[in-house]
Amino acid sequence: MAAGRDPDARATPARALLRRAVSGVLVHGFLLTGAVFMLLPFVWMLITSIKPPDEIFRATLSLWPRQFYGVENYRFALTSAPLLRFAANGVLVCAGILAAQLLVAIPCAYALAKLRFPGRQALFVLTLLVLAIPVQVPALPLYIALANLNLLNTYFSMMVPFFLSAFAIFLLRQFFKSFPDDIINAARLDGMGEFEIVWRIVTPSALPAIGAFAVFSVVAHWNDLYWPLIVISDAKLAPPPLGMMFFADAETGSNYGALTAAATILTAPLVVVFLFARRHFIAGITMTGVK
Amino acid sequence: MGALALPVGRAHGPSFGRRQALLEKLAGLGLALPATILLVLTSLLPLVVLVVMTFTDYELGNLAASYVGAANFMKAIGDPVFRRSLWNTLLYVAIVLPGSVGLGLLVAILVHGRKRTRSFYEIVYFLPVTSTLIAMATVWTFLLHPKLGPINTFLRMIGAGEHAFLSDPALALPTLAVIGMWQLIGFNMVLFLAGLSAIPRDLYEAAEIDGCAGAVDRFLTITWPLLGPTTMFVIITTSITAFKVFDTVAVMTRGGPMGSSEVLLYSLYLEGFQYFHTAYAAALTVIFLAFILVFSVIQAFVLERRVHY
Repeated sequence: MAAGRDPDARATPARALLRRAVSGVLVHGFLLTGAVFMLLPFVWMLITSIKPPDEIFRATLSLWPRQFYGVENYRFALTSAPLLRFAANGVLVCAGILAAQLLVAIPCAYALAKLRFPGRQALFVLTLLVLAIPVQVPALPLYIALANLNLLNTYFSMMVPFFLSAFAIFLLRQFFKSFPDDIINAARLDGMGEFEIVWRIVTPSALPAIGAFAVFSVVAHWNDLYWPLIVISDAKLAPPPLGMMFFADAETGSNYGALTAAATILTAPLVVVFLFARRHFIAGITMTGVK
Repeated sequence: MGALALPVGRAHGPSFGRRQALLEKLAGLGLALPATILLVLTSLLPLVVLVVMTFTDYELGNLAASYVGAANFMKAIGDPVFRRSLWNTLLYVAIVLPGSVGLGLLVAILVHGRKRTRSFYEIVYFLPVTSTLIAMATVWTFLLHPKLGPINTFLRMIGAGEHAFLSDPALALPTLAVIGMWQLIGFNMVLFLAGLSAIPRDLYEAAEIDGCAGAVDRFLTITWPLLGPTTMFVIITTSITAFKVFDTVAVMTRGGPMGSSEVLLYSLYLEGFQYFHTAYAAALTVIFLAFILVFSVIQAFVLERRVHY
């Protein structure tokens, strides 16, 4: 785009400069207006979480509290609900899901990409079919099964529908297909078995794809409400979104200082990771935009 | 791929090759086995059970169920709650789709031309994608509060009056849709940015020489056509995401006021997991799945094209 301005600049420098300035102002004006809309909830969440109740109820547009009340709000939020427990549940569930997904998907993706075995084509087609099915579809039968097995209100019930990620299989298969056959054959001549080849040779080469998938998986499951809402009624096991919902219900919605403090605590982990690893994050989400 | 086992096989004669192929078969089956078992247990079997259930009168806890034909589907067609939630869901998609795709594209084009400020805008617009929607929905509820929320404080200040965004039946769904757009614009922007950086720069220079000078001209002759596959892809993923709207409804309005924000997944959740009308909820799930599959089939074609380009 920058190149496009050059001919004008040569013709009438003053006019071109003016045009550039005007378009710059317009572009930034638009983008900044949008940015305010994007940031508004975050900014307001942070400042409300350090405001005392009377300032919140006065409903002014002041950005900075006259009286710093952050300690009280955060302490109240942390003591009236096990927020750190919710966050820990989120970490545990996300880690469990991701570990299972990778352990199951990597060997399967390798087999689909590099080995000839009966049923390979059918398995791949089924994977593509399952790729399109969101968790809301098998939810009813899975719920009935878990209820009959007495497994509701367990970490396992929160994780089990996601152990198989058709998407991980699909993504890694694409990646493994381009892995050179010669290296695999050389490893075979060295006496390596397929299991060893998968984990010691092919998997390390796929680390970028695995990283991208990990970002996608963790973001999806840290933020998922639907399935935990169905299988978890015990607040001790709640992941962040469900915990937030319990907390908001219990607070009857009027203690906004504590509510926004809780929202800050539960939103912070992912946002902080995002700010530090922005490139990987965006790459992961884009690469896996197929959800 | 057929040649996989051959280099080894050729060196040692045909019997060794056959043994190698057999080993490959066994290894393939073994490596795919855990995934296959999970695929069957957590997806295919539930899918079959689900479809079978739709033809019964099963409710959770019942020991037996009887065949009722298509009664559950007939009930859905006549059910005002279901019809309203389907209509609301489509309306929600109809607002969120053009809004978040159009704005996502516009922001991407504007951000793409920035050099120093690009990463700043990227971070800001992408922030809602990574944030926990439930927590942010609670914050939005506060922002939109008729008395305490800053949005209404601002509206009162400029003399635009006070609006009960979430308890006015005419405003609830559009308000949720704006929040949906807030969450999706950054995601779509990032997808469009990826599409934009794939367009070769010299095309713009060539267009310049051909007398295609204005920004609008450049957009119409180069950017828009070359961005076609990306745009299709973004449209489909946005449709699917918007069609699955649930979180904001569950936290902010619970389908109200007066059913004005009832959406498909929320009704489905209530029927299946609150009222335990299991068979009826199964029928609703199948209808939900039908919509998702239509989107996904279109997506599969788009994806196929994107991969081959």
